[in-house]
Amino acid sequence: MEKFILKYFTLIRTLIAILVGVIISVVLIYIISETPAYALKQFLLGPLLSKSRLANVIENASPIIFCGVAIAIAFQAKQFNIGAEGALFLSAAVGTAFAVSTHMPAFFHIILVLVVAGLTGAIWGWVPGVLKAKWGASELVSSLMMNYVAYFAGLYLINSHFRDKDAGFLVSLRLPETAWLPQLIPGTRLHIGILLSIIFALLGYYFLYHTTSGYEIRTTGNNAKFAKFGGINVVKVVILSQVISGMVAGIGGMTEVMGLHHRFNWQNSPGYGWDGVIVAIIGRNHPILIIFAALFLSYLRVGSQVLNLMADVPSELVAVIQAIIIILITAEAFLSQWKYRITMKQAELKEAGNESIA
Amino acid sequence: MNPLLKSILSTGFGYAILRVMTPILLPALGVAISELAGSVNIALEGIMLMAAFFGVIVSAFTGSLFLALLAGIAAGVITGAILAYFHLKLKADIILAAIALNMFASGFTIFMLYLFTGDKGSTSSLKSLVFPEIQIPILKSIPVLGPIFSGHNILTYIALLAVPFFYILVFKTPLGLRIRAVGQNPHAAESVGINVNRIKFYALMLSGLFGAFGGLYLSMGYVSWFSRDMTAGRGFIAIAASTLGGSMPMGMLWSSLLFGFVNSIAIYIASLEIPSELIQMIPYLITIIALAVFSIRVQMKKKKGQEVRELYTEEAVQSVVKDISAADE
Repeated sequence: MEKFILKYFTLIRTLIAILVGVIISVVLIYIISETPAYALKQFLLGPLLSKSRLANVIENASPIIFCGVAIAIAFQAKQFNIGAEGALFLSAAVGTAFAVSTHMPAFFHIILVLVVAGLTGAIWGWVPGVLKAKWGASELVSSLMMNYVAYFAGLYLINSHFRDKDAGFLVSLRLPETAWLPQLIPGTRLHIGILLSIIFALLGYYFLYHTTSGYEIRTTGNNAKFAKFGGINVVKVVILSQVISGMVAGIGGMTEVMGLHHRFNWQNSPGYGWDGVIVAIIGRNHPILIIFAALFLSYLRVGSQVLNLMADVPSELVAVIQAIIIILITAEAFLSQWKYRITMKQAELKEAGNESIA
Repeated sequence: MNPLLKSILSTGFGYAILRVMTPILLPALGVAISELAGSVNIALEGIMLMAAFFGVIVSAFTGSLFLALLAGIAAGVITGAILAYFHLKLKADIILAAIALNMFASGFTIFMLYLFTGDKGSTSSLKSLVFPEIQIPILKSIPVLGPIFSGHNILTYIALLAVPFFYILVFKTPLGLRIRAVGQNPHAAESVGINVNRIKFYALMLSGLFGAFGGLYLSMGYVSWFSRDMTAGRGFIAIAASTLGGSMPMGMLWSSLLFGFVNSIAIYIASLEIPSELIQMIPYLITIIALAVFSIRVQMKKKKGQEVRELYTEEAVQSVVKDISAADE
């Protein structure tokens, strides 16, 4: 048992952090709600109770998976590039502009639009990457600034050049149907974006753990000096990680536009980039775990919306819980005493065993 | 005359710049003090929200401006302390912990807003107070300068006074010396007996203090209510302003004025139906360029084999050594 705990310590710690978050939410619901048992049921089981809610969980998870994978690739190289939000926003805007102004057969149209969006995102990741790798400029600050530039540039592009003037609100022209992603299940809004996001998560996993570049990214992230002495071109790796990160986020943004509303309808930044940071932390920068983390986050969100609708507890409960979960996961010293005690006990046992053999 | 030019040349525009600048300058000072201590605080967004919220709530329920001020300051400083606790004691990465705190503050304030008012949008149903506006005698009767510089909220003047305060704190006090020493070279600082974690803790709490005034201004000066996510990214803009100002007090005053200027222009332009997005983009582009130029210059100096003179490092550490050995004798 104790060996098991040691082996899976980080995973167990993550699960405990999640459990603490859920317990706090249960306590809060009991304090606030007049009908706590009913509210709790709505929160925890609500998303399972109807087909459309379940579809909502999956549909919301797709951009979060994209952004989570994007953020994870940069984080694995220890690059705090939080520009996924901007890459997603601008790529979706540029992709929309491209899709609206071109005509071609369905399949190629989708692919080409995704390529354009991916390239936009890649350029967006490249800038902070180069600034950091060549001149040591903080990628945190530059990517944050790039988010704002992307936001205003995207809005300008859509509102001034591709706006649908017949629509009653600020949205882009509708994409031609050749650029729509196919529906997954008729009768729901579920589109193949979720499959694409899972494919990208798997590709991300393969890239990070089974290619040379991925190995170089992880090594650089673990110890940049060691990587440099080991002959890894750290400058190249730092840039590459952020270019790929931006590309994945960009494709994720375009997938949303092509799958869900078929037009660009964001007037505010949708916040998926920050969600990506959350799931990258919960999934410990592992693309496959990120899929589950994104589904978990999405489930919590839909649960909180049900809670808001059916009971008397505001949905912002989830923002509080997810913050607590993240801060516990990132707090390395959280439960470290426990681990220390187990390790010491194991060591003593081993020593006792060795002595008895001798 | 061109209507845009006309409005820019009006005194009302100058007044607006100072008004818009206040909630950027204060958190920028907060970012800078943490930056100087070597632990960049990007949780100013959350700190401001908490202060803005608790200021309004306490003023509405007690009717006391003084208690509201205390509550806002306490909320900001405690949020800073929580960040420091997780970063320094529980070894959380400060960037990730700060992101979590921002998220927490956003959710928590809306959550509490709902519990207090039954509304998730704003506290407009509560009767909360605002900080007074101050007419400066003599100055107010001078043409042009008077309408621009007089009659501001008291917190705007506090923001302007915070600039020399920051300078004195950082460059003229023992604590400031230690903060710089810790930020420049924690090992050297530790070797002369400075408790690095404690100094960082203080710096992050000070960061919360500056942020708290920014938050209080938003909900009790700029407007007279709290609304959800009312900081609207100012905590992040503050990071830009701090970077652009090189974490130096005068530099940050100028960079905050630039952000104030551009945002005021954007407000004026919006009424003229010219796309304001491109104008609003400018300060962020300037920040990126400034960051690049600054980093390249540092790199070039390093390449030339010159000693990079970083904010009086050597000097700071040496004088700390002197201080401490003097104290020992």
